[in-house]
Amino acid sequence: MSEQLTARDFTTSQEVRWCPGCGDYAILKAVTKALADVGAKPESTVFVSGIGCASRFPYYVETYGFHTIHGRAPAVATGLKLANPDLDVWVVTGDGDGLSIGGNHLLHTLRRNAGLKILLFNNEIYGLTKGQYSPTSRKGTISPSSPAGSIDTPVSPGQFAIGAGAKFFARAIDTDKTGLGDVLQQAHAFDGASFTEIFQNCIVYNEDVFAAFTDRKNAAETQLHLKHGEPMLFGGDGSKGIRFNPDTYSLEVIDATESPGEVLVHDERNAVLARLLIDLQLPVALGVIYRQPAEPFESAFYTHHPTQMRRTRSVAEFIKGPNSWTVE
Amino acid sequence: MRLAGDSGDGIQLMGSQFAVSTALSGRDFATFPDYPAEIRAPAGTTFGVSAYQINLGGEPITTAGDAPDVLVAFNPAALKVSLPMLQPGALIVLNNDSFTPRNLTKAGYEEDPREGNTLDQFQVVRADISHLNLEAVRSFGLSKSESGRCKNFWTLGLLLWMFGRELEPIEAWIRRRLAGKPTMRDANIAALHAGHAFGETAELSATLPQLSVEAARMAPGEYRSVTGAEALALGIAAAGELADRPVLFCSYPITPSSPLLHRLTRLQELGVGTFQAEDEIAAICAAIGASYGGMIGVTSSSGPGIALKTEAMGLAVSAELPMLIVNWQRGGPSTGLPTKTEQSDLYQAVYGRNADTPIPVLAAGSSGECFDMAVEGVRIATRHMTPVMLLVDGYLSNASEPWLIPDIESLPRIDSRPVPEVPAGSDAATLAYQRDPASLGRPWITPGMPDLVHRTGGLEKDYLTGHISYDPDNHQRMTEFRAAKVDSVANFIPDQDVELGEDSGAIVVVGWGSTYGPIYQAVRRTGTSFIHLRHIHPLPRNLGTLLGRFDKVLVPEMNNGQLATLLRDKLGIQPVSFCKVSGQPFRISELADRIEAERKGDAS
Repeated sequence: MSEQLTARDFTTSQEVRWCPGCGDYAILKAVTKALADVGAKPESTVFVSGIGCASRFPYYVETYGFHTIHGRAPAVATGLKLANPDLDVWVVTGDGDGLSIGGNHLLHTLRRNAGLKILLFNNEIYGLTKGQYSPTSRKGTISPSSPAGSIDTPVSPGQFAIGAGAKFFARAIDTDKTGLGDVLQQAHAFDGASFTEIFQNCIVYNEDVFAAFTDRKNAAETQLHLKHGEPMLFGGDGSKGIRFNPDTYSLEVIDATESPGEVLVHDERNAVLARLLIDLQLPVALGVIYRQPAEPFESAFYTHHPTQMRRTRSVAEFIKGPNSWTVE
Repeated sequence: MRLAGDSGDGIQLMGSQFAVSTALSGRDFATFPDYPAEIRAPAGTTFGVSAYQINLGGEPITTAGDAPDVLVAFNPAALKVSLPMLQPGALIVLNNDSFTPRNLTKAGYEEDPREGNTLDQFQVVRADISHLNLEAVRSFGLSKSESGRCKNFWTLGLLLWMFGRELEPIEAWIRRRLAGKPTMRDANIAALHAGHAFGETAELSATLPQLSVEAARMAPGEYRSVTGAEALALGIAAAGELADRPVLFCSYPITPSSPLLHRLTRLQELGVGTFQAEDEIAAICAAIGASYGGMIGVTSSSGPGIALKTEAMGLAVSAELPMLIVNWQRGGPSTGLPTKTEQSDLYQAVYGRNADTPIPVLAAGSSGECFDMAVEGVRIATRHMTPVMLLVDGYLSNASEPWLIPDIESLPRIDSRPVPEVPAGSDAATLAYQRDPASLGRPWITPGMPDLVHRTGGLEKDYLTGHISYDPDNHQRMTEFRAAKVDSVANFIPDQDVELGEDSGAIVVVGWGSTYGPIYQAVRRTGTSFIHLRHIHPLPRNLGTLLGRFDKVLVPEMNNGQLATLLRDKLGIQPVSFCKVSGQPFRISELADRIEAERKGDAS
């Protein structure tokens, strides 16, 4: 007879210690609302995180929470999910935590399809260590550790995920309540590893790095909100569309009113299309870019286990081995 | 007896099956597998030699023996490596076919050792093993390499004849093992019989002695042969049963730890799950996740892998979660000697973490004792809610010995502090950290439990509420609490006893781990006293008083003096170190000599 919980019920009494104006506040709000909307139970929901600004997240959500060590949250969460597959396990990570020190764990968690809801807060910078360039920072990023501009080619979280064999990849913007709220619900509903990249504004060290497409004034022209089975239209009145150019093997913007027949229809099961959408510069593709249902790791773990992890024999029956003898 | 050949000759398999036969015949034994790091090292070379040493007899056996009385050498390199170890007058069985000019060169022999006087002081039996084996399996239509792979069973047949053993149990084992490959099964059985018949036939009966070894006088009960990996796997499963919780074993392949993973994958009906993680860090983190979820999380590795797991051990300490960490110690530093045994990770276990991060440390003294220490490790981990490290000397993983099968029913249940009732309106976090006054273990609260929802992690926690705390006094209190918790383990473990000899006197030998065997024999030989430590950290409460009753404390170790340092640090005594780091176990004779020298006071 549990009553409907609200976002407030998922908020802890802990004082939030992110910088004023940080994008994390908006994400926290969206997540607690999404938890309420999907009818999550606090006692069977767990937030697991690593280290970094994003990883403080579990302290602020009124569910079980485990703030672990740098980069390793997916590994801890995998063990937890195997121990109790009935739990709703969320992993909160950042671009440094998830793609630099923890890149290996993210790779293997995605390919195994362990049933974790992974949220990667991407702000293209190391915030908690005071502003060094991160694995997603663009080439030439000026930072305390790259005063002459960074020389590394950045990693694309989406391409990384699809390359690793992820079965669910979505994107949203921290302050986009509707878009983020919808993506969080889809990510929660996916039975397997859902990987969501959230463009998060670091107000102190990398302000407005995503402004080209997050600025509300130009949103209609710079954001492509994807829906499975619907044409890829944007530009306010849907006057613009995306088509596939077979000569360049890439996506391009066309006038949708002129040639509506050429506008692509989103197919979230198409990994090739997903790769093209991930690389689309302006507009930036948002929403569920790729979703391909497959057996989650924890389900395979139990079904392949002859006794579903139950103890059906005692050690006493087993301990003698094939050859034992008695000394009188 | 020492069996030696190329690493692809199936020496380890032949040795372990001979050990099984020895066990079934009622003799006591101890074994020492000695193999190269390469899976198939270049054939015929001295560094590619794989050997299996077994000591058997009617008297209680505690070591794999100092100087073998019998050597089976499959090639010149195996002869060259093993010859210096042999007892004068030892019997050598040579695979005559392999003494080709090419193999002699590869082994570094300038002249054929069979021709000169190298082997004068030994009894030598030359058998054309390769050729005789090929003849024995010719009718099965196998390829040349498949036929060659039956050679170890041909030789085993010969050994079984020499020691007057039954063929039947080995034959049954072949039938089970090769059930899916009927041709190979039948060929191996034919080779086994042919080797046995070779021993029996007239040709060599004059030179080939039948060796009779009396049955051992062992304590009454039911026995089996067990390796360290087998005993540890059973111990982990038993601990799960005693705690009434499933076990999740998470590990990453590494020598010599992998046999434990392999064994545990076969114990699924006992409620054991295995997870092969992407790396060492993921393995321990998944074990932590499993423990956080209420299963018994276990991980295992060797020194280099344990080093990678270090940060995560700190997390388990901070979050007050139970876990068993097994370290199969091998030679180091760095990659070191992956297949050679050592005891050099004691500092790593006791002192090797950032900050003040104490954890209890245990050590197993023999293959069979791996069972007891696995149960003890999980018991301490859950009672005190702490990770526990179990040190095992690497070679015990594959070394077998007869094992008095323990009575599981008689073992006490494994418990943690009960999960509290939740009074209305109480703070769940506070309940999560209401620790037991004696063990300082907190209740094992796991996600899914209603009304106990709380957060935990690696940031310093408030002692009472578990909330993040940077308060100076609280950190002081938490640091002292973590130390006190590990120290409290000493209140739950038995007092240290004297394994052998008087409880006071001129000299006592203190050992830990697999040196148990050679020290036991050397102490028996010299009539001194022996104390064997199973609890390394904390040490038993009475140890200081006990050691104070001796004039001198001698500490033999397969490292550069690590237990001696620990005893100096914890007890303030000045022990004498005797260190050996050659990758080979202590010989009884070298220990006995040193004990005598120390007793006379003329040790250099």
